[in-house]
Amino acid sequence: MMASGSVLWFARHEIGLAWREALSLMTARGRRRWPAVALGLATAAAAFHLAAFFAVGRYADLGRDPDAAALLAITGGLLLAWSLMLSQAMEWATRALYARGDLDLLLSSPTDPRRLFAVRIAAMTIGLVAMAALIALPFVDVLVASGGWRWLGVYGAVACVAMSAAAVGTAATVALFRAIGAKRTRLVAQIVAAIIGAVFVILLQLAAIVETGTLSRLAWLTSAPALALAPARDSLFWWPARAALGDTVPLAALLIASALMLAIVLRALAGPLAAAAREAAGAAMSPPATRRHDGRFRRRSPGGALRAKEWTLLRRDPWLLSQTLMQLLYLVPSAVLLWRSFGDGTGALILLVPVLIMAAGQLGGGLAWLAVSGEDAPDLVATAPVAPRRVLIAKVEAVLGGIALIFAPFVAALAFASAEAAVIVAAGVALAAGTATVIQLWFRQQAKRSHFRRRQTSSRIATIVEAFSSTSWAATGALAASGTWFAAITGVMALAVLGAARLIAPARG
Amino acid sequence: MDTLSPPLALEIRGLVKRFDRPAVDDLDLAVRVGEFYALLGPNGAGKTTTLRMVTGLLPPDGGAISVFGIDALAAPVAAKRIMAWISDEPMIYDKLTPLEYLAFIAGLWQIDAGVAERRAQTLLGWLGLEGAAHQRCEGFSKGMKQKVALAGALVHEPKLLILDEPLTGLDAASARQVKTVLRERVAAGGTVIMTTHILEVAERMADRIGIIAHGRLIAEGSLAALGAQAGNGDASLEEVFLALVSQQEERAS
Repeated sequence: MMASGSVLWFARHEIGLAWREALSLMTARGRRRWPAVALGLATAAAAFHLAAFFAVGRYADLGRDPDAAALLAITGGLLLAWSLMLSQAMEWATRALYARGDLDLLLSSPTDPRRLFAVRIAAMTIGLVAMAALIALPFVDVLVASGGWRWLGVYGAVACVAMSAAAVGTAATVALFRAIGAKRTRLVAQIVAAIIGAVFVILLQLAAIVETGTLSRLAWLTSAPALALAPARDSLFWWPARAALGDTVPLAALLIASALMLAIVLRALAGPLAAAAREAAGAAMSPPATRRHDGRFRRRSPGGALRAKEWTLLRRDPWLLSQTLMQLLYLVPSAVLLWRSFGDGTGALILLVPVLIMAAGQLGGGLAWLAVSGEDAPDLVATAPVAPRRVLIAKVEAVLGGIALIFAPFVAALAFASAEAAVIVAAGVALAAGTATVIQLWFRQQAKRSHFRRRQTSSRIATIVEAFSSTSWAATGALAASGTWFAAITGVMALAVLGAARLIAPARG
Repeated sequence: MDTLSPPLALEIRGLVKRFDRPAVDDLDLAVRVGEFYALLGPNGAGKTTTLRMVTGLLPPDGGAISVFGIDALAAPVAAKRIMAWISDEPMIYDKLTPLEYLAFIAGLWQIDAGVAERRAQTLLGWLGLEGAAHQRCEGFSKGMKQKVALAGALVHEPKLLILDEPLTGLDAASARQVKTVLRERVAAGGTVIMTTHILEVAERMADRIGIIAHGRLIAEGSLAALGAQAGNGDASLEEVFLALVSQQEERAS
């Protein structure tokens, strides 16, 4: 029997909680949903394996010592995975410091807090490995089935990537905490995590735009300029790629190195993390003061007051800000492509149309959830002398106003290159964001703004419908920009998605 | 309506609300203008459900609600304009400062900006929140948040103030401040309806006390009248309350 308060005891507690959390996320807290969940998982697994077969099936015969282009593509893929895991690790480490939950209970108990944080870092690493392994599963299955067991090395490479990302992410969060203090770390760490997650993809895309004039990252990784920058074939730089290809020596060396790195972080930073968590609790008690003019009373209509409130709350929420920033970062390559295409005619601009429309749909859905469902004082708004319809209209205006503010510069810039493309993007952005907002209105469920992360699991139907809708409008925009009448078909599809959403939305009295 | 009877701030007739069982069962209740009315009852008696229907947060299954003569079910916006509601969980936004919160409420209730700002400064002063006026509410204690919510309820000068367990979780000093503000409100001609489990507060502050059980008003009046109804004119409110509720329980079973 394990001793209370020991590392293993804490680990059992954490695993139990994580397992229940995962189950509730899969079943959305419905006990009788297992058959539907199993069917959904089986369908998704089949679809992912099919997609993986078309994506990597042709590489299964790749030898243990492939050419530089293949090594570069694999290394790029691993670097991308590492940057995403590092971003996730920083976000989880920040959450471990600031989310109170059971932390006050555990820190006030007579147990060594270093054990708790050592277990939490280890749990985070296991979570990263599991998540990455799950994503890699269909690809590895296809590669093993067609190319042999050596492809299981991919899992080893994934574990190395996850362990090193967890170690670096934790160390970076603690370093940030020491450098800028408890008050600012939460905001900065979340924004840094969002940027790290996006920056590698964006840099690759920027390189692709500059070199090849396209948004294809793979095309640039296998291009002559990229290969010219690559180190010699026997360089240690290729060891992660060689590990993924099943080369035993690099795989074993990297597994040992990354495990050692994680062990050092567990040993050295569990104590500082516990101290930082206590300091973070103190920081929450003294929130930042606001500039004096922010509390100015102005003559406002109820709608104006609601819009101003929504924008202020969004502006002041670091996590939401970083999520929004993340979506905007992905627009940077589009902006560069736009800038480069001014002199080249409008051919490349067609690529921009679906990107912008898709981003508007996604951003609109998120903002609409915050404004419509994520109301922290629902009783206050409900008891105000304002008709419920007027409240909803003001909130929708707040969402669409924000979208207009973000996308107007893109549309204006596009208008200089192609008036037709600008009109299509403006219409597409309005339709995608408007549709996403309407879907959120139909599926609204009262929730706290802090539950934003769970919005996609609280109503899976709304999430799926919203994604279909944004995709359909993006396709419609792309086809319209290409001048084909097929745009009418996808446009009708987008409207059909909206009609279906109306039919399946919960009835409201 | 009888022209000699005092004007009513709130009149409820035959109010009904059912969930899996009747929560409010054919309730009649009248509160006079300028009165401090305490609504008492055991947990699950229907106090909060009743008040949520009055404030328009919950649709009733039947009955009528009138606020200062306005049919609150037919004209909810007009009724809401002269009411304020405070629950035991402060309804505020953590990322706004108290002044921003009050400015938001002034916008919702369409109060002139200059008037609202003066009232806001006065209220924050009364409640001892001047020093925190520009700080975000996220780090405030429960008592401070409840005081911000109270300032929000008073900034539009409602004729009828409805409070559901407003003293829950407040320290002695904060509770005293809230009670003082409520007393001043009534002295200035306002009407206050409050639910509370702290019987001593009801005993000391209320002009009339209503006791509700199983969704019905089982007794109503001053402390002396309630004592007489319970068969003990000198009893404390606690003794009267327990006697009346247990009598009702016996009748119900």
